[in-house]
Amino acid sequence: MLKISKQKTTLPGFHLSLGVTIFYLGLIVLIPLSMLFIKTSALGPGEIWKVIASPRTLAAYRLTFMTSLIAGLVNVVFGFLIAWVLARYSFPGKKVVDALVDLPFALPTAVAGITLASLYSQNGWVGKYLYQWGIQSAYSPLGITIALIFIGLPFVVRTVEPVIQELDAELEDAAASLGANRTQTFIKVIFPNLIPSLITGFTLSFARALGEYGSVIFISGNMPKKTEIVPLLIMTKLEQYDYAGATAIAVVMLLASFTLLALTNFLQKLSLNRIGMN
Amino acid sequence: MSTRTEPVWMRRLLIGAALTFLMLFLFLPLSAVFLNGLGKGIAVYFQALTEPNALAAIRLTVVTALIAVPLNLLFGIAASWAIAKFDFWGKDLLITLIDLPLSVSPVISGLIYILLFGAQGPFAPWLMEHGIKIIFAPPAIILATIFVTFPIVARELIPVMKAQGNDEEEAAMTLGASGFQTFWRVTLPNIKWGLLYGVILSNARAMGEFGAVSVVSGHIRGQTNTLPLHIEILYNEYNFTAAFAAASLLAMLAIVTLVLKSIIEFKYRAELRAAVKTENHK
Repeated sequence: MLKISKQKTTLPGFHLSLGVTIFYLGLIVLIPLSMLFIKTSALGPGEIWKVIASPRTLAAYRLTFMTSLIAGLVNVVFGFLIAWVLARYSFPGKKVVDALVDLPFALPTAVAGITLASLYSQNGWVGKYLYQWGIQSAYSPLGITIALIFIGLPFVVRTVEPVIQELDAELEDAAASLGANRTQTFIKVIFPNLIPSLITGFTLSFARALGEYGSVIFISGNMPKKTEIVPLLIMTKLEQYDYAGATAIAVVMLLASFTLLALTNFLQKLSLNRIGMN
Repeated sequence: MSTRTEPVWMRRLLIGAALTFLMLFLFLPLSAVFLNGLGKGIAVYFQALTEPNALAAIRLTVVTALIAVPLNLLFGIAASWAIAKFDFWGKDLLITLIDLPLSVSPVISGLIYILLFGAQGPFAPWLMEHGIKIIFAPPAIILATIFVTFPIVARELIPVMKAQGNDEEEAAMTLGASGFQTFWRVTLPNIKWGLLYGVILSNARAMGEFGAVSVVSGHIRGQTNTLPLHIEILYNEYNFTAAFAAASLLAMLAIVTLVLKSIIEFKYRAELRAAVKTENHK
């Protein structure tokens, strides 16, 4: 539809706008980011390995990965539920609820961090009940996961919701007229169409969780090897002026998020192909 | 019963489950900010917001956003003009590079400026000689903020400008308008909601950024503390009421952002729809 072949346009400003774009991109993003790789290459593989393979770093990687993974999975389930309810049903206050879903995007992470920490700590409104049942909801991996669920939720809702809205109504009607009951229609017709967007939503939520700092550090407790996430470990190394160590840890993390980004793009193309938009 | 929806009990159950989850994870934290901030009365609340360090933090936060947002706005307009209106080699790569900051952890976003301008960086001797302080000073805070908000305006503008096509601008040029007149009178009115949307999102992120700014700030009270950093210090000193009072300011900013966002989304969808419609009629 949009692939109308463009003739050469007569509009001005191509060189100026492209020049400004590339100059600013280089100055703000590319040159500073390249410092990471310059610094890492100056280290040598032995030194990098020593930093990355230390028990403390490995524990941080494992913790960050696991909590992000669990938070991503929880968000897929509840994000799907919320997206479905918002796309398909009407209820009083829906507009407010719809706007509220984006709160984690708009609320500064430090505010989310101190609030979640106070809610889920032993004396907090939610924590006092959870602690009674022996569930340690703050200063633990569970606390980290709670914060990551908070910041990742809108990614899933906002990825899946438009796809639900654009589902072809005729497909469902056809399934029903061929004798499928609602459950069968959902499992065999609706759900397969949503899988690509669910995977994309999961990846976005997961990738965001891997790098998250502000909302986590207040509720995590920050105990080395137990509740210390990777971004905090980078911060600690920086405070000790161990720039080399911080950089080595950061590069590994950055490569992990780039891989995820590439994966997301690939899946997005896949999902677009499925619904015939490419 | 319609074949395209679930039984009533099922709908109610799903709506109930979704709302309970949102209540617990989103609404409860939001209200907790205000209730905790006002916990010791309105006088304590305002005192926490008007003490000199709080005012200095607010000032630095506002100044940072006032520099970062307009710069990224200019960049966003330039980038979307080049990308949406022209075809050139390497366009996909350029878009990918513009999106990069979104997939970089905030802590790393700060770290790269320390590597560049810090005591061990390539510019350290020159900066030292000329007495210029970037790291642990406002310039680095502003740079880190520009970095984390870098793609936001451009990402909003590229699809709108693409959808608008080139016809209207080309017509204006044929009728003798200058490039600037064309942009000001034709393009800008067509993209104004998308532009405003990007500015509001950038501003929210710029004022609320924590991780990246925390790395480069140095945490000097009254000098290099932004509002989010001020909150962190108060919280770590167990001064919870003051921390939540300051946090409530940013929570209000978030609420205003969400309200404006909802209003603009409504207009913005119309803008995109109008653009797609003209495109389809060709």
